This record gives sequence, C-alpha cells and structure tokens, in this order.
Amino acid sequence: MADHAVAHAVHDPNIGNTGLDNRKMGMWAFLGSDCMFFGSLIGTYLAYKGKSISGPLPHQVFDIPLTSYSAALLLASSLTMVLALAALQRNRVKVAARWLFVTALMGAHFVLNQVYEFTTFVLHDGLTLSTSLFGSTFFVLTGFHGAHVTGGVIWLLILVGLAMRGQLDARDYTKVEIAGLYWHFVDIVWIAIFTIIYLIP
Amino acid sequence: MATQAAFMPGAKVETLTFWGTVASWLTTVDHKRIGILYGSSAFIFFLVGGIEALIMRLQLARPDNTLVGAERFNELFTMHGTTMIFLAVMPLSAAFFNYMIPLMIGARDVAFPRLNALSYWIFLSGALFLNSSWLFGLAPDGGWFGYANLTTSQFSPRHTIDFWMFGLQILGISSMLAGFNFLVTIINMRAPGMTLMRMPVFIWMSFVTQFLLVLAFPAITVALILLMFDRFFGTLFYAPAAGADPLLWQHLFWIFGHPEVYILILPAMGIVSEVLPTFARKPLFGAPVVIYSGIMIGFFGFGVWSHHMFSVGMGPVADAAFSVSTMLIAVPTGVKILNWIGTLWGGSIRFRTPLYFALGFIAMFTMGGLSGIMHASPPVDLQQTDSYFVVAHFHYVLFGGSIFGLFGGIYYWWPKITGKMLDERLGLWHFWLMMIGFNVTFFPQHYLGLIGMPRRIYTYAGDLGWNFWNLVSTIGAFLIAVSLLFFIVNAFRSLRSGAVASNDPWDGRTLEWAIPSPPPVYNFARVPLVQDRDDFWLQKYGDGHGAAPRPKPAPVTAAEIAAIHMPSASHWPIVLAIALAVMISGLLISMYQVIVGGLATLYLMYKFAVELHRPPAGHGH
Amino acid sequence: MTPRPKRLDWMLVGLLGAVLVLTSSCSWVGWNWDTPMSTVVPKSDFGRMTHEIFMLISWWTLGIFIVVEVGLLYVCWRFRDRPGAPIPKQVHGHTALEVSWTIAFAVILLVFAIPTIRVIFKTQEAPAATDLRVDVFGKQWWWEFRYPKYKITTANELHLPVGQTAAFFLNAPDVIHSFWMPQLGGKRDVVPHRVNHITLTPEVPGEYPGQCAEYCGMSHANMRFHVIVHTQADFDTWVKAQQAPPVEPTDPLAQQGKTIFTQSTCVGCHSITGISAGHIGPDLTHFASRKKFAGSLMESTPENLAKWIENPEHMKPGALMPNLGMTGDQSKALAAYLLSLK
Repeated sequence: MADHAVAHAVHDPNIGNTGLDNRKMGMWAFLGSDCMFFGSLIGTYLAYKGKSISGPLPHQVFDIPLTSYSAALLLASSLTMVLALAALQRNRVKVAARWLFVTALMGAHFVLNQVYEFTTFVLHDGLTLSTSLFGSTFFVLTGFHGAHVTGGVIWLLILVGLAMRGQLDARDYTKVEIAGLYWHFVDIVWIAIFTIIYLIP
Repeated sequence: MATQAAFMPGAKVETLTFWGTVASWLTTVDHKRIGILYGSSAFIFFLVGGIEALIMRLQLARPDNTLVGAERFNELFTMHGTTMIFLAVMPLSAAFFNYMIPLMIGARDVAFPRLNALSYWIFLSGALFLNSSWLFGLAPDGGWFGYANLTTSQFSPRHTIDFWMFGLQILGISSMLAGFNFLVTIINMRAPGMTLMRMPVFIWMSFVTQFLLVLAFPAITVALILLMFDRFFGTLFYAPAAGADPLLWQHLFWIFGHPEVYILILPAMGIVSEVLPTFARKPLFGAPVVIYSGIMIGFFGFGVWSHHMFSVGMGPVADAAFSVSTMLIAVPTGVKILNWIGTLWGGSIRFRTPLYFALGFIAMFTMGGLSGIMHASPPVDLQQTDSYFVVAHFHYVLFGGSIFGLFGGIYYWWPKITGKMLDERLGLWHFWLMMIGFNVTFFPQHYLGLIGMPRRIYTYAGDLGWNFWNLVSTIGAFLIAVSLLFFIVNAFRSLRSGAVASNDPWDGRTLEWAIPSPPPVYNFARVPLVQDRDDFWLQKYGDGHGAAPRPKPAPVTAAEIAAIHMPSASHWPIVLAIALAVMISGLLISMYQVIVGGLATLYLMYKFAVELHRPPAGHGH
Repeated sequence: MTPRPKRLDWMLVGLLGAVLVLTSSCSWVGWNWDTPMSTVVPKSDFGRMTHEIFMLISWWTLGIFIVVEVGLLYVCWRFRDRPGAPIPKQVHGHTALEVSWTIAFAVILLVFAIPTIRVIFKTQEAPAATDLRVDVFGKQWWWEFRYPKYKITTANELHLPVGQTAAFFLNAPDVIHSFWMPQLGGKRDVVPHRVNHITLTPEVPGEYPGQCAEYCGMSHANMRFHVIVHTQADFDTWVKAQQAPPVEPTDPLAQQGKTIFTQSTCVGCHSITGISAGHIGPDLTHFASRKKFAGSLMESTPENLAKWIENPEHMKPGALMPNLGMTGDQSKALAAYLLSLK
C-alpha cells in the first residue's frame, strides 16, 4: 500500500507515490495543453472556412497525393519510434539509435515536403499569408504543426547524438518514451489537420 | 558557477558573502525561495499597479480634468489591468503555490525544481519587458483585453500593442510551465496516505487552478499569435476588409479570460478555506462539497465565456444559453459562502489579522458575486456592461475577493515563511483602513454605472451627475494606499525585530505547522504518513470521538537527515529566461537579435535538459 | 501570541456598520437616480422590460446580501472565542442542509432565468416593416445617423418620434464601438463586418445623452451623441427641415466662409447637399440645427468652432480631421458659414 509507494520513492526520485513517472505525467500535461493550442488554431481555420473573398481556393492548390504521402510518412515514423523504444528497453543501444535516426529522417522529410508545398503555393499559386483568410489560416496552422515536427526532429537527433557518445541506454527509457509521446501527439495532430483541412471539402 | 548543493543537510553551513548570497538566490531551485521571489516581485508590481490606479482616480476626481490627457490615461488603464492581473494577483497566488504546496502535501520540493525556477525568471523577464514600455514612451494603450481590430496595425500603428502582446506571451509561458509543474507535484508527490480527498482544500483549489492554467492559456496564446502575425506578417485574421470577424479575437480571448478569473479567485478561496477552520478551531464545513464545487467551477468555467460578449449581437439563442450556464455556475460559487459561514458556526473564533481578511473576503466576495448575478441576465447586462457597474463588480471580486484572501494568506503564513510574527495592532489598522477605503472607493461605482458612466474614459462632462461620487471614490483610493503603508511598516519591523514564531503559532490543522518556522531546506526530516484530512490536528487532539491522540513518533536521527538529498542549485534557469527575453524583445529591435536570441534559447534549452542527464555519482536527481 | 485590543475590534465593527447603514440609507435619499444618463428611469419599452428584471434581481440579491452579511456578523459575535473555552465540536458537514441551500439557490436563479430568456427573445425580434429604420455608423469618434425613408443624413444628434418603434441598423466602418442611450435601453456593439440590430420604442419625449461604450481608441471618452425624442408633429417638422436644401448664407462673413469651404479640401471629407459629397466626416448640410459638434463634445459656438477648425487635434485628442492650416480669419469665416446652415 503506502509502504510500496514509499519504497519506490526511495529508489527513483522521478517515480511518485502513484507509481507513475513525474516526467511522463509532465509530458501528458503539456500534450493536454498543446491540444487546446491546436484546437484553437483548427477552430480558427474552421471559423474562416469558405469566407475568403479572393485568392485561390483550397481545392485549387492542394496536392492530396503529396500530403497523403506525408501523412503516411508520419504514421510510419511513429512505428519506427516504437521500434526504437523496444530496442532501447532491451538495451540494444545501437539499434535504438538507428531507429531514432530513421524516425528523425522521416520527420525531416515531412518538413521538407511541407517546405516544398509552401513554396509551390507562394510562387506558383499566388497564395501567401496575406492573400486571403485561407492563406492566413492555412499557413499559420500547418506552419505551427511543422514547427512542432521540427522541434521533435531536433530532439530525436540530440538523443541519437547522446546514444552515439555512449550516453544513452536502457536507464534512459523514460526520457526516450516521453520523446515518443510527443512524437505520437504530433502525428495525431497531423491526422486531424490532414482530415479537416485537406480531405473534408 | 557552483553546481553542488549550496546546503547539504547535516553539513556545516558556510556564511556566504554578499555576492555569494545574490548568486545563491539567482540559482536557487528551492521552492521556498522561489515562493519568496514570486511574492516580493508580486507585491512590488501590486504597488506599481496601485500608483497607476491613483493617477487615474486623481484624473477622474473632477469633470473635464486635465491632470493626464487621453493618451496617458488610456495607457494607465491598460497597464493597471494588465499589471494587477498578471503581475500582482497571479504571481502572489504563485508565491503560495510555490511555498505551501510541497509543505501541505508532505513533500520536499516540487516535481521539477529547475523548471520551477525557470518559471519565475521567465515571469520576471516578462514583467520587466512589459513595464520597460513606459521608458520608451510606448506603454500599451489597447486595454488589458486588447480588442481587435483596434489593436491591428491599421488602428494602432505604434509599438505599444507589441509590448503588451509579447509581454503576455512571455508571461503565458511562465504560467504554463508552472502549471505543468504543480499538476505533477500535486498528483505524484503527496506524502504516503494522503489520498486526494485527504488533501487540504487549498491544495484542491490550487489543483483545479493548474488545470485551468494549462488548458486556458493556449487560447490566448493563439489569439496573440494571430495578432502578432497580422501586425508583423500581414495576415488577415482580424482584418474585416478581407472578410475576417473581429469577434474571433473576443471568443479566443474570453475562452481564456473566463477561466482566468477563476484562476484569480480559486487560490484565495483555498486560503480562506484554510484560515477559517484554523481560527474557528473547527474543520471546514462540508469540505467534500467545497472541493466538488471547485472542480465544477473549473469544469463549467469553460462554458460561460460569452457572458462577456452579451452586447456584441450573438443572437438570442447564444445569449440565452450563456446566460443559463452563467447562472448555473453561480450555484457552486455561491454555496461555498454558506459552507464558510457554516465553518464559523459553532466554532470558537479567535480574531486575528488572518481571520479578519478571510471575513473581509467573504463579505466582499458575496457583494461581488451578487452584482455578478445581475450581469448574468443579458437584458440587465446590456445596461451594466462597459459601465462603472461592472468595474465595481470585478473590483469587489478581485480586490475584495482575491486581494483580501491573499493578504489573509500573507498574514497567516508569514510566521511559517519568515520565522517571525507580524504585529497584530498594525495588522488590524491595515485591515480596517483597507476595508473602509476599498468600500469607499468601489461601492459608489455601482451607482455611477447605474447612472450611465461608461468605463475606460479619461474624462467626463460635469452636467451628468457623476461629479460627487467620483471624488468620493478617489478619496477611498488614497485610503487604500495609506492602509498599505501599515502593512509595509509591519513587514519591515517584523523582519528586523519581530517576535520569534514557533512551529505552530496558530494551532493549525495542516502539515506545514508540524515543521519549524522557517522550515529547513528539506522541509520534512521524515516524510509524514498521513491518515486523515487535517492529519496534524488529529495528531495533536485526537479525533474527538474518544480515541486518544496518536503516540508521538520517535525523534528524528542525524542519520535520517544525512540521507536526505536535495536538488542542487542551477544557473541554467535564469540564463535561459534571459535568452528567451532577448529573442522575443528582438522582434521589436532587429531580426539579428531574434536569430541570436533564438539560437541561444535552443542551445540553453539543450544545456538545461542535459544538466542532470549523466550526473556525477551520488546524485540521482 | 501577541495580544490584541478586544474592545477596539467591536468599536470598529460598530463604526463600519454605522457607516454602511448611514451611507446606504442616505444614498437612497441622497443619490439622485434621475440623471441625464440614468439606466434606472427607463423611457422606452426596451428600457422598461430591462428595468423590471433589474428590480426583480435587485430585491432578491438585497435579501441574500442581508441574510449573508448579517449572518456573518452574527456568527462572528455569537461564536467568538472565550478564555478557557474547550475545543468546539468538530462538525464535518450536514448533507441535508447543504443540499437544501444548494437547491434553494438554484431555484432563486431560475426565478431570474425565466423572465430573462423571455425578454432576450422579445427584444431581439426582427424589425417590422412599419418601424422607423435608422442606419447608425459608429466611426472614430463620432456618430452618423441616416434615415433611409426620409433620405436624411445627420451626425451626433438622433431624432426620434415618441411612440413609434425605431429599428437601428448598426454599422462600424472602422473599429468596434458600442451604441448606448442609457435612458432608452441597453447597449449594442457596432462591429465591423456585420450589421447589428437594436429595436425599441421611446415612450417619453425628452433629451437623452448617449455615449460610445466600447473602448475604441484615443478619444473614446469624447464619442458622445444626443437623442431627442419628439412628439410626432415635432418630429415631422424636424424631418422636413432636414430634407430642405442648405440655407444660403446672407451674412458676408458666412458667405466668405462658404467660398473658403468650396475651395478647400473640406469638400473631400464633408457633404453639404448640392455643394460637396465627401463621406469621411460628418454631413454638414444642417450643421447649425445641432447644438453640439465633434461627437457631441462641444457647444456649437463661434469660438469653439473657430478653435476646432484651426486645430482639431488640440480640442479632441487624436481627432482624424486634419489641421488644414486655416488662419484665424479663415476659421472665423468658416465657423460663421457653418452656423448659418440651420
């Protein structure tokens, strides 16, 4: 009962009396907050949907095949993230590092796809931040998501670097796990954005 | 920079030099010191906001007055509101979260001590950034609520709005980080045996507040980001000419803004819920109900935001829906008052300064709540909103409520924090002068609102019947200022030569009174084992049903104390906070500063994160 | 524990109580409720409906106030600590009592909610075809009123016939303002990119000041207007006068002013029927029929007008009327012209 929890506290200062890790709980709290953040941005997009008075329309500029590919990339990267964690749990550090690196690469590929998409919109379709309500809401929403992915990529690469310097092993499972939580969240937000912005007419 | 513990339990304490002391405060991760930092800063900004108010009241004391002009007055009411909410009440609450939460749940520190320090330094940099606008003649002038599209570049071309916008973003980061920290702390670091329902009510109110912080701030973060993009990058979020709806700002702002007012009041309600039982010598009447009410207020607080928008023309269905939800939320808010009175009923009430402020809270919050019920009816509100009636309402709940409650907390926990007693006589002078001054200032404003005086006006015509009571209100404001002098004198005298405080000067009920005043750095020599709510009281007096008090535990040994390990000081929090401020203020200066500051911020985030990654042997935390 | 003065406390409580009782009672007598912008002496149907709910809620909240505050004082007095008193009984709550007072409170709120919802829907009914339509334009920092039925455009003075329902269509060309005539009812914001509505029937002839009630920038405090509720006959007279072409000035100074007007950039911002067609500033066709100007801020006297024309920003912070560099003589002439436009 209470003694069991006390024993945990003595061993690992990160484990609280509920048996849960502080850092994981902190990440969940952050993700809850980030949900509200993206919820507000998505809400803004929906409030202004169809209200632009000029400029290209969504269906005129969207490249659904490309963004579907990007969605698949992120989904697959969530899988590689899980594989990285599984390897780390068995203390197979080099394998874990490789999977983390692949995850980061896929994330970076996603961001590059997005850069390509944004550039095409600006240069070929005449859609910028200030063209119309669609331009404003689209770029800000997807741009902040892309910034979240970028942050995740940097985080993963730092973990890879630590692993390669022999400073990451099974003891750090929770730290990598919370990176994984963040990564899955970013993936899920993309599913929501992809569905609401790109797929629903 | 020292990264070893500045204080190892059991080790000899070195006397620090002056600069050593400064360094130890700048690198502290001790929740108690961080609480003191928040409290002192908050009090200073409370005085700043108060001076802003006094100047406004001087200007409004007479019709067609020319003490300050339109521009200055508009800056004053913007900064007064922003300062009081974000730089006074919130950090004063944060001071108590920081100092008292670990003590009251039987913990040695918060879940993330360095993140805690980071929250404070980010807060301070945001506060200084915002107030630096005065020095540049660019004090914000869009109101504390910054309604679009007045705040877009077209109608506010100067950088005034940008100081406000970026200042709030910085402060928002600080609040959210602290929210994550205290959420995890309260859930995960309670002493063994302290189930959720055994937590003190102050902890519960603070717990709900943290949920509100982390879930409400993102809405204003987004509102401000959209405004920033409009002002800097030409987006069209608040541009009516492009088809945008200025009401988007209001919705996002008030989705944050309404939970924000509960963030402002719940901690004070928590404090009152601790002070009343202690001085009545009875438990809180209906503690579970008070707790559930707090949870309901937190939850339903997200469903009432448009009662701030009854005049914008949302249509009768929306008006009616939000009217009903607002009246509903008045129920849990209002019955708490009866629970508090029920606590006093049948008690043995000792009148000391903390109790006076708690009683003042009940009396004033009741009045503010009643005027709030009037606002819940849209037809009535259409006369009252944006008039001095609503100014009276929110000052009754925020000053008569939050500030009185927070002062109650200051007087109550001062002995615990400083190890000294405050003088009762000076305390009573403070209380009574503030009580009278507050009512003389704000009660007439109900009348002024009912006879049609709008708010946010720098002057008014002399033939509308507003003259006399505006003058009275101004006199009241100066009475409040005088009352604060009594507090300041009391505080200085106490620190210098006040009576020494025992562990438990008030015969308290909760865990913080079981340890010395002030507590040692590790708080509890032995982590307590909790068996009930008000566990400390039961240890002293038994449960009142005939069972004898619990046997006193064996004295703490030196070995036990030597085994305690506390987190080391760290310089990364303050350095990271500075880099963040450099980056954000760069948006007003030059892109290079943004890039340099941004890179520094990223680098320092990395250093902060890996500081404890592979610590030297012997440090697991 | 530090001793504290017992008797002083009770004296102070008594003092505070006396102050509160005195203030409240002489406030009832000494606080004048029938002031020019009062919200509690309604002069329209909308105002009356609002006032009824306000009074209902006020009486109940006064009752709750007395019960709670007197209860609080009583409890403090009755259960004050006495030396040597034992620890009181540790009562944790009383479920039946708590449930009862929760339900009681909810019922009281229901009493407020029902008339509230009824009045919300009643006062937001769509305007009828027989209503007098007035298009309101809230601009920084003055008010324009147009009567489509009569093809009249005026500024800062709103004329209405008693007993006829007026349907206001509220427009905001620049930022958010709020249209408030306290004696005639509650306010409605004017919001860019939408047309808001407020409909009411004035019931008492008279003059009622109004003011913008949503912070809208520098001179928000100066964005005032004036409402004049006429008998039907007087209203018709006013309409006819407003529909008449602008008066030709006979006074030489005024004629000089007209010449200056037509030759300056004034014509770009202001309209005078048959002379200029500017739509940025107020319509001046019947300027002199209005008692005040600049957002109902100043009396329309020759001195005020001349000073305004010479340096608008000096008279009204942030005024958007530019300083045209008029000399003293030019300003006096223009003022004379404006004052001739009855």
